[in-house]
Amino acid sequence: MILYFISSNMNSIILWTITVLFGLGLLLSVVLYLVAKKFKVDEDPRIDEVEKALPGANCGGCGKAGCHAFATACVADGNLDNNFCPVGGNDVMKKVAAILGIEVADKAPMLAVVRCNGSCANRPRTSRYDGYESCKVEALLYKGDTDCPYGCLGCGDCADACAFGAISMDECTGLPVVDESKCTSCGACVKACPKGIIELRKKGPRGMRVFVSCVNKDKGAVARKACQAACIGCGKCAKVCAQEAIFISNNVAYIDFDKCRLCKKCVEECPTGAIHAVNFPQKPKVKEE
Amino acid sequence: MQKLLVSPSPHIHTELSTRKLMLDVIIALLPVTVLSVIFYGWHELMVIAVSVASCVLLEWAITKFLLKKPSTIGDLSAVVTGLLLALNLSSLTPWWVVLIGAVVAIGVAKMSFGGLGQNVFNPAIVARVFLLISFPVYMTTWAVVDPGNIGSAWLLGADAITGPTALTLMKEVHNVDSSVILQAGSAGEIYDWALILGFAYLVLRKVIKPWITLSIWATVLVFYTILYFAAPGEYLAPGIALFTGGILLGSIFMATDYVTSPMTTKGGIIFGVGIGLITVIIRNWGAYPEGVSFAILIMNAFVPLINKLCKSKKFGRA
Amino acid sequence: MHNVTFKMGGIHPDDKKISSRCKIEVLPLPEKVYVSMAQHLGAPANPVVAVGDEVKVGQVIAEPAGFISAYVHSPVSGVVKTIGPMPDLAGNMVNHIEIEVKGDVWRDDIDRSTTLVTRIPDDTAFILDRIKQCGVVGLGGATFPTHVKLAPPPGKKADCLIINGAECEPYLTSDNRIMIERSSEIIIGAAIMSKVLGSCPTVIAIEENKREAIMIMSSALSSLKRMTDVCNDIRIQVLQKKYPQGGEKQLIDAVMDRQVKSGGLPIDAGAVVQNVATALAVYEAVQKNRPLITNVLTVTGDCLTVQHNYLFRIGTPLSFIAEYAGGVPAAAAKIVSGGPMMGKAVANLDATTVKGSSSILYLMEEQTKRRPETACIRCGRCAQACPMGLEPFYLFRLAKVDDYAALEENAVQDCIECGCCLYSCPAGVPLLDLIRPAKGNVLRIIKSRK
Repeated sequence: MILYFISSNMNSIILWTITVLFGLGLLLSVVLYLVAKKFKVDEDPRIDEVEKALPGANCGGCGKAGCHAFATACVADGNLDNNFCPVGGNDVMKKVAAILGIEVADKAPMLAVVRCNGSCANRPRTSRYDGYESCKVEALLYKGDTDCPYGCLGCGDCADACAFGAISMDECTGLPVVDESKCTSCGACVKACPKGIIELRKKGPRGMRVFVSCVNKDKGAVARKACQAACIGCGKCAKVCAQEAIFISNNVAYIDFDKCRLCKKCVEECPTGAIHAVNFPQKPKVKEE
Repeated sequence: MQKLLVSPSPHIHTELSTRKLMLDVIIALLPVTVLSVIFYGWHELMVIAVSVASCVLLEWAITKFLLKKPSTIGDLSAVVTGLLLALNLSSLTPWWVVLIGAVVAIGVAKMSFGGLGQNVFNPAIVARVFLLISFPVYMTTWAVVDPGNIGSAWLLGADAITGPTALTLMKEVHNVDSSVILQAGSAGEIYDWALILGFAYLVLRKVIKPWITLSIWATVLVFYTILYFAAPGEYLAPGIALFTGGILLGSIFMATDYVTSPMTTKGGIIFGVGIGLITVIIRNWGAYPEGVSFAILIMNAFVPLINKLCKSKKFGRA
Repeated sequence: MHNVTFKMGGIHPDDKKISSRCKIEVLPLPEKVYVSMAQHLGAPANPVVAVGDEVKVGQVIAEPAGFISAYVHSPVSGVVKTIGPMPDLAGNMVNHIEIEVKGDVWRDDIDRSTTLVTRIPDDTAFILDRIKQCGVVGLGGATFPTHVKLAPPPGKKADCLIINGAECEPYLTSDNRIMIERSSEIIIGAAIMSKVLGSCPTVIAIEENKREAIMIMSSALSSLKRMTDVCNDIRIQVLQKKYPQGGEKQLIDAVMDRQVKSGGLPIDAGAVVQNVATALAVYEAVQKNRPLITNVLTVTGDCLTVQHNYLFRIGTPLSFIAEYAGGVPAAAAKIVSGGPMMGKAVANLDATTVKGSSSILYLMEEQTKRRPETACIRCGRCAQACPMGLEPFYLFRLAKVDDYAALEENAVQDCIECGCCLYSCPAGVPLLDLIRPAKGNVLRIIKSRK
């Protein structure tokens, strides 16, 4: 029968094609099987499970190379003490803990906070930066287009670094704005900012928090000259704070979140308005002009 | 006084711009454009006008409405594409075919890849090949030109133009990229010299380096010389082979497109030899009478590989 | 003999040497000088004077703080007012010593006469020590301490000393002027350095656009050769005009036809390169015991009606020089300290001059404003212009995505930051802006591996 087909001129080409392809398929499947067998990597199946529970953004916010690396680390460590996925937050970490069969304590949610208040109005521009639009490049070149060598350069490296679209540059102020609902506190912006302005701070009850929106280490007069809203390191806030949550070093005040009781006395005391209080319920006496 | 500018060094830059480079290409194309309008009359003018206008408008529309980016038509690259496309078409091509060509060139070949600088294939060539495959009749119907009576195309209008197929026209017509592979007549010769004039201009202005073009010519000449002496009478004489058809237009203006040609001189020569070889093969043993556009298209695909293999030599590294 | 040049890449910007015929004028003393502690490559110097101290011209006010560091001398006589941080050219805080000028009293042991001293001391250790004690640093741009560069590591020998008079940057003319006005001193300085390096042959390399300098240097050399035998092994080599000819590696390629290996130093190719201004400083130091406290600086720009070449005391505020030269022209949109290709743009004139200051250059908006970046058309002009044979367009793309492994593979660390790529890009792509930080990161990665 087969011989007949082969000898038949009409069908021989088709038949040969089928035979060759079939044979090739068979051969390659055997090769694939052998290769798969030989190079098989034994992996803890829990790694896969943990990875599935993660957000999968591969943002690196946990400090690992990506979600798979994080999952591997979780399983390898057997505990979650040094492993926290800031993007997924407590919910995801609970799931991961369940997979690993361990307990995990809640962590306070964090948020990226921009510590510069040098808006166009507060901080006059003293030169025009004309190079590649990147904070990294500008920081390498000079102090920036204002007289504050510590402040935001406004090129938006942080916004570019944010994988979640949580940071946008405000055209009016020239400063980055963090969208609290989108921020996952992965810390990519903290790394991207060459001036170290962005800090991950605890989100606070109902988002309420008080922080010093300035990192200028210059002496008061110099800082004030460069920016109206600079922290001048006068120490009034520290004096007024009953919790001793505020300390001054290098001419800048810093508020310890854990000690702060959100009394806002420092906000009222600050002569330059460098201390910001956000998400507090608005008082009726606040002037609206 | 204005606030001082601050930027990393260098603080000065060349006067050259993309726009100036494209303008130089347009200037280099002017002689051949003017000649073809003189010889082919209103119809040619219409083809050129429709092609250029639709290319520019399309690019403007795509950047404005689809990409929502600042318009890039100011760099004049769309004008160059439109002009090259028109010079690749017969003067008898209906306006809607030209329009389709423009859509393919700008929409498909250029903007869908990300615009100028990102395209893998030369937009005008892609459009030409697309039209050649889709509308073979329009693409091989050439107008008859009487070289002795230049004004006829203008004076007599449509009556003076006939539309026979390429085969019947082989003896009389020489379009810039015609399928005619025969001895060049007077009009064709003028075209040739107009194109070579453009080439000289581009090289003298340092817009392009001559190596790609010259290597294509050399390959075609060598190949045809071998064929000519191997089987006398069956193949064209080398000189005629080079000066007919689309080799000149292709080798001078399309193969040298920065975006779709290799960066180094060595790579350029490999690229040019490849184009020359494929052209001769398609011409003599392929289904189509002319193969330059296919050859350029095929070699365009090899450019990333050529660029990878022909890296420039670095200082202080053996 | 034909004019040589380096082989790979390079560009030909308009040289704009509009101040080349302006004689060197002595700048008057300012009321105060601010002397930077970081005016050389390496560790900033440590101040050795206190506030209130009286200092004389040429007195040591700061000592080197390491092997690669240099002495700093008071350029004026007067009283130390403050010692503390002040913004440098980039606005970064650097320690400065502020001195209020009182009179002009020089240290006694400095020979201030203008007589030419042709006899070179025999003891090379003495010469090197003089150079070190006088705080001489390379004045071609990098301000590398000269005494370190003149003492090659053991096992390495200089076959040739190249005195760099290329001055390939447009606008700058200070080297040109000193070659015209101090030619004999430069040649003796070159002979001194040659002696330290084991009496190696010396080539004074000058670009062809400085005809007057070539002529005067040649005649000074031949008359010196008649007077003394110290400069028998010195010759003058005329170079074609091409930027960046003054780059060490390019100059060695042009003069000696040798390529310094990637990651290597000029001495690996048997060459030492010193600037003409350094040669002059070496002459002053060794023959006259005069520390490096003055230099020549060009005040130039197309928007300036009168250009100047000034002999200034190091530490003179830039604003003082600008004021003395007639103020900042209204059309100036950018002020550059150094040449237009590699100089530093300044945000204001608050900073002070340092040993390596070579110019105040005013550029107009239309000359210098960066063009909007448009799409790369892959024309390859950047690669053609790169004197190191790199592919800037590719490095730029890699730098955008921080692919340091690929950047290293494509030799970003060989980049000399000459700016040819950015200069020649028709699409206005800011190639070097991104390649520069990428290079820095790759160099750090390479260093951390060792």
